[in-house]
Amino acid sequence: MKPPPFSYAAPTTLADAIGLLTEHAEAEPRVLAGGQSLIPLMNFRLAKPGYLIDLRNVAGLSGIRREGGTLVIGAMTRMSEVERSPEVAVAAPLLAEAVGLVAHTPVRNSGTVGGSLAHADPAAELPAVALASDAELVATGPTGTRQVGAAEFFTGPFSTALAPDEILTEIRLPVWAGGHAFVEFSRIHANFAVVGVAALIDLDGDRIRRAALALTGVAPTAIRATAAENVLAGTDVGDVAAAAAEAAGAAVEGLTPAGDLHASPQTRLALARTYVRRGIELATSRARNER
Amino acid sequence: MAPTTCTISLTVNGHPHVAEVEPRRLLVDFLREDLGLSGTHIGCEHGVCGTCTVLLNGASIRSCITFAVQADGAEISTVEGLARGGEMHPLQDEFSEKQGLQCGYCTPGMLMRACEIIAENPDPTPAEVRSAIASNLCRCTGYQFITEAVIGAAARMRATKEVAS
Repeated sequence: MKPPPFSYAAPTTLADAIGLLTEHAEAEPRVLAGGQSLIPLMNFRLAKPGYLIDLRNVAGLSGIRREGGTLVIGAMTRMSEVERSPEVAVAAPLLAEAVGLVAHTPVRNSGTVGGSLAHADPAAELPAVALASDAELVATGPTGTRQVGAAEFFTGPFSTALAPDEILTEIRLPVWAGGHAFVEFSRIHANFAVVGVAALIDLDGDRIRRAALALTGVAPTAIRATAAENVLAGTDVGDVAAAAAEAAGAAVEGLTPAGDLHASPQTRLALARTYVRRGIELATSRARNER
Repeated sequence: MAPTTCTISLTVNGHPHVAEVEPRRLLVDFLREDLGLSGTHIGCEHGVCGTCTVLLNGASIRSCITFAVQADGAEISTVEGLARGGEMHPLQDEFSEKQGLQCGYCTPGMLMRACEIIAENPDPTPAEVRSAIASNLCRCTGYQFITEAVIGAAARMRATKEVAS
């Protein structure tokens, strides 16, 4: 189908974009980044914003830079740019691996990092990356800028902590030097994953110093698996197979995923166990090889 | 507030255009209906099938999930721009020779995606081509012939480049 009619502006400054959000609040405005999630929803008429504020002409929202121990990615940075960036490959390899699993190249050429995070699809990869990485999301509104931790950012399916007059402008990821893995199950290559797992493993000698795990597809938002992380902390790398299996059990404990056309709740839980285990094993083996 | 039209200026296959469009005008409809370039096809209209693939500043995009206003200031390449001076593009020749067209519905998108694949990797393996064209669906399932055509075109384009240099 064709999208419903809407009014449109492509302001050149962030202040103007935020001003338009307030000014046209009654039209239920939406911010347009790459449009790769929003426009399909509009074509299906599942989304009917009366006003679109396109960020493409706002300077300074795109780009990748290092600030000491932090990798800073502008919200309008295209996925394909992240995928090709040597800086991301070194400082945030988990993000690089996850971005490669987002749809296909033509979608990644338009789709943006900030757009995916602000859209907050519970099946999407990037929210899990943000959670596992302890990313900070920078929101700019009429009164200035604030940082929201990933753990507080995702509040529900397609819902975030962004206020109606705020725009996500930057993603700040702590630089990661340990092992990483983003693994997922999807029925067809590059489709939305049924279940996805982001895993970060940091070693201290032969022991796991710290593990960070996040899952998609098993709850209304991407979730952090703290109980599983606690199982892994202090484990000898020689015992990682057994510890990963135990952690996988802890990761799904208490989860009640919804079933749908793609997978029943039981299937999702079984997949989550398997992929948590695989994620831990891969991230651990990479951590050992990178020393 | 009633939706108004926007003025956009863009280049399509090397020709500059200035046009008035409704903001909701999809790029694929702008190309087909407003410019009469009906070579770009519409399939799923939600970004899955890839038959609407065109190049925006050299990068492949889905024109059915891109608004025409988003292409303001951009250079767009469509299947109509491939042939030069009555000569088919090597990809078009190879698609014809290797039976890569079949029903032809996916062909415009496949050709534009293949342009990008070869630009990024002038000597792709069959496995790399198969993985890269997974972005575009062929419901005749003629992927083997399409893969062979892309490999053949890449070889021709390398040979032409060597002769030229």
